[in-house]
Amino acid sequence: MTGRRRPFRASAVAAVALAFLLGLGLGASPAAAQAPQDATSTASAASDAGEIADLLHGQRNGAWKSAYRPLASRPTLIRGATIMTAAGEEIEGGDLLMQGGRIIEVGRNLDGPAGTVVIDASGRFVTPGIIDTHSHLGVSPSPSVSSTSDTNESTDPNTAEVWAMHSVWPQDPGFTRALAAGVTTLQILPGSANLIGGRGITLKTVPGRTVQQMMFPDAPMALKMACGENPKRVYGQGRQRSPRTRMGNMAGYREAFIEAERYRRKWDAWIEGGMKEEAADAEDAEDARGSGGPPERDLAKETLAEVLRGNIYVHNHCYRADEMAQMLDLAREFGFRIRSFHHAIEAYKLRDVLARDSVAASMWVDWWGFKLEAYDAVPENIALVSEAGAPAILHTDSDMGIQVMNQDAARAMYAGKAAGIDVGRDEALRWITANSAWALGLDDRIGTLQPGKNADLVIWSGDPFSVYSRADQVFIDGALIYDRSRSDVQPTTDFELGILPSSGQGGDR
Amino acid sequence: MTARTITAALAVSAALLLPVTRPGELAAQNLAIVGATVYPVSGPPIEGATVLVRDGLIAAVGMDVPIPADDFAVFDAQGKVVTPGFFDAGTQIGLVEIGLERTTVDSRVEGDPVNASFDVVDGFNPNSTLIPINRLGGVTTTTALPTGGLIAGQGAVIDLEGETVEAMLVKPRAAMVANFGPGAAAATGGARGAASLRLREVLDDARYWESHREAYDRGDVRPLSVSRLDLAALQPVLAGEIPLVVQVDRASDILAVLRIAEEYGVRPVIRRGTEAWMVAAQLAERNVPVIVKPLTSLPDGFDRLGARFDNAALLHEAGVTVAVSSFQSHRAHNIGLEAGNAIRFGLPWEAALRAVTLTPAEIYGVADRYGSIEAGKVANLVVWSGDPFELSSRAEEVILRGVRVPRESRQLELLKRYRTLDGRQPPAYRGGQ
Repeated sequence: MTGRRRPFRASAVAAVALAFLLGLGLGASPAAAQAPQDATSTASAASDAGEIADLLHGQRNGAWKSAYRPLASRPTLIRGATIMTAAGEEIEGGDLLMQGGRIIEVGRNLDGPAGTVVIDASGRFVTPGIIDTHSHLGVSPSPSVSSTSDTNESTDPNTAEVWAMHSVWPQDPGFTRALAAGVTTLQILPGSANLIGGRGITLKTVPGRTVQQMMFPDAPMALKMACGENPKRVYGQGRQRSPRTRMGNMAGYREAFIEAERYRRKWDAWIEGGMKEEAADAEDAEDARGSGGPPERDLAKETLAEVLRGNIYVHNHCYRADEMAQMLDLAREFGFRIRSFHHAIEAYKLRDVLARDSVAASMWVDWWGFKLEAYDAVPENIALVSEAGAPAILHTDSDMGIQVMNQDAARAMYAGKAAGIDVGRDEALRWITANSAWALGLDDRIGTLQPGKNADLVIWSGDPFSVYSRADQVFIDGALIYDRSRSDVQPTTDFELGILPSSGQGGDR
Repeated sequence: MTARTITAALAVSAALLLPVTRPGELAAQNLAIVGATVYPVSGPPIEGATVLVRDGLIAAVGMDVPIPADDFAVFDAQGKVVTPGFFDAGTQIGLVEIGLERTTVDSRVEGDPVNASFDVVDGFNPNSTLIPINRLGGVTTTTALPTGGLIAGQGAVIDLEGETVEAMLVKPRAAMVANFGPGAAAATGGARGAASLRLREVLDDARYWESHREAYDRGDVRPLSVSRLDLAALQPVLAGEIPLVVQVDRASDILAVLRIAEEYGVRPVIRRGTEAWMVAAQLAERNVPVIVKPLTSLPDGFDRLGARFDNAALLHEAGVTVAVSSFQSHRAHNIGLEAGNAIRFGLPWEAALRAVTLTPAEIYGVADRYGSIEAGKVANLVVWSGDPFELSSRAEEVILRGVRVPRESRQLELLKRYRTLDGRQPPAYRGGQ
């Protein structure tokens, strides 16, 4: 299953609708007027179905797209390492060649082109860059103070209109710490106060002046939804308004999706109307024309409509097995898919269903008991879900946890082994790499060490499943982004500059 | 009933409890653990050693320890590692069952920021599900600490074994707990100076009260800022009999605590101490121990800007006594993970082991009975499959007061019930009988 966003109906006639839209001057804000030529010009340019997709996705005129550019890289050959591919193999004494941002070859006795940088990694280990499906770095940054609290738009149970990317502070020191721990990709989600919290965004742990510079190009966005206690507590108990109960939660989702479905139909019909106008038949087109232009935009419904079209992936904070089953019914009712449950403490109780429906579970190794819906945790959860064949993922939701994901995966693996569950090292590594990549819709680009994949990888000082190992070097798209032995290859944030007396700078942050 | 009278009542009832445990009383078992590499902590490791456990106490440890002919169960621990049980210097095990369920939280008193007389013991729940889960991970002893406010109350040293709190208690009222920094400032009017003023006032009143007890009972004293019970509870602190464990992070806040402690002859212990490495020399000079959380690296508050992974290593290098704590209750067994990460960032292995065993025992004044594998000490032992800090290792046997802890916990029950999902019989019919 690839994760690329499916363009909406790649029909050439869709251009008519876009031309119609642009002709109406809908994008005639000052910003749009200054937009690049290709976004506002002729029908032939507009014939790109991608532009229709962007329009429906809320990225019109090229706004809100990634401005990431890989850092400079040279062909690099890592030699003599234990290469943990997360694709089934662990190669001892293995080599890996990367060039042009991609992995070229993984094997033994490799050579690179002239000028290749050779890294002797004998005795060391190489893994794919670690991926966290659940982070609030940048939106709940350090320092954690009221003015940096940008995770929960807890003003309404449905805030599908907010985008986490709009909250991200690129200067969060947490990004540099995650990078130094081997994390290369992370999904930033809105919080769980709301039933529908808003859109999440996938970032790279590259230093950026802007969030756009950190955005993983063409990564699907996420919709954060939350089950259970949190929305109930925030609204029912905190504000004396719905939802106060779990049935209130469910009504809230359903009402939102009923409206979203109506909105989607209206927009899709309008787009189709444009197409049909071309074909000169159908009343829908008359309606569309008769309405005097495109339907009115609604940011919240726009996001949910994209969920219904399958272009935004649902990431659902949901602890209890019975509530996961309710959410799967909700998804069934409205015809969308849940990509991953998060904080899925009780996934082990429903692992057969998750496996059958290919729904991932993002889990902790041993967090439990901080609230009642987290009471039934078992440290074998991840191993059990994995054994059942459902996509098992270790996530963190923590600025500290994201710095020890290799250790947590190891602990989950050893907990499984101790219980007699046959978990392999490659499988455990996939919990923080390949499976996470799949949940983010990026498994065609990252998550394993295979030729053609992005050269996102970590060289560890020793076995990454040992408590004593450290990330020596981290590469993103073939570029060395972090080097433990070189202070000039260790990004630091603006925030931390000069904030302590000089005696307090540096060292093992 | 006000919060104050409630805490007063707690303090009175706690005072009636048995002050010490009687190890081995519950289920004496004589045990010989043979063949392991034993880390006594008080001395160098011994390979292939024998540890004799009799009546809940360590009877002998060494290479040439003869195993008495009868009534000793021999446990072959060839290739294993034996350490003292881990001692977490501060958790809320037994005081908190479910963090967000207030009816299960008995670690903090709301309202007045000064609760010196608050004693955690009567609220301690020996049936907490946290107890079996943590001890199976190798934690045998913890100090149950109150939280919040300026002076949170008194903590007790507890063995994670026993049917009643009396049976579990190692040392009640083993420490007075305080907080200093933004939290304490917020609780006392919004400035650190207000928190320090209040702390000084309370200590001052306690000192005054001690020398004016008769006048106090006659009602012939100047107004005092806290109740009689609080004043009484602070006497062991002023006498230096128990430490004042202060949760504090910023370097300047730590120095403020040291100043106040010196003024009143109080023996401080710094807890968390995120920026302690910045004042390591002062801490070493005054012989002030620090209880650290090694997995700390983010400037996540303006009092924690100096956070760094090698805090423990730097303190140790400077000669500061370092204990490692999990700073968790549900996952106190991660104390070994914390110690392992301290090693990753430079703390010597032996120092890390001491930081989770003997040092906490010393801090709370129970090192005569706890913290190392020596004849006469309480037999709290863990048999590890390997390096106790390594992720691949597990606590294969936990021996608490000489008794092998059964492999039972709520988590294990859940695992058993859901180990398989096949068959038509609902999981509800499995286990629980």
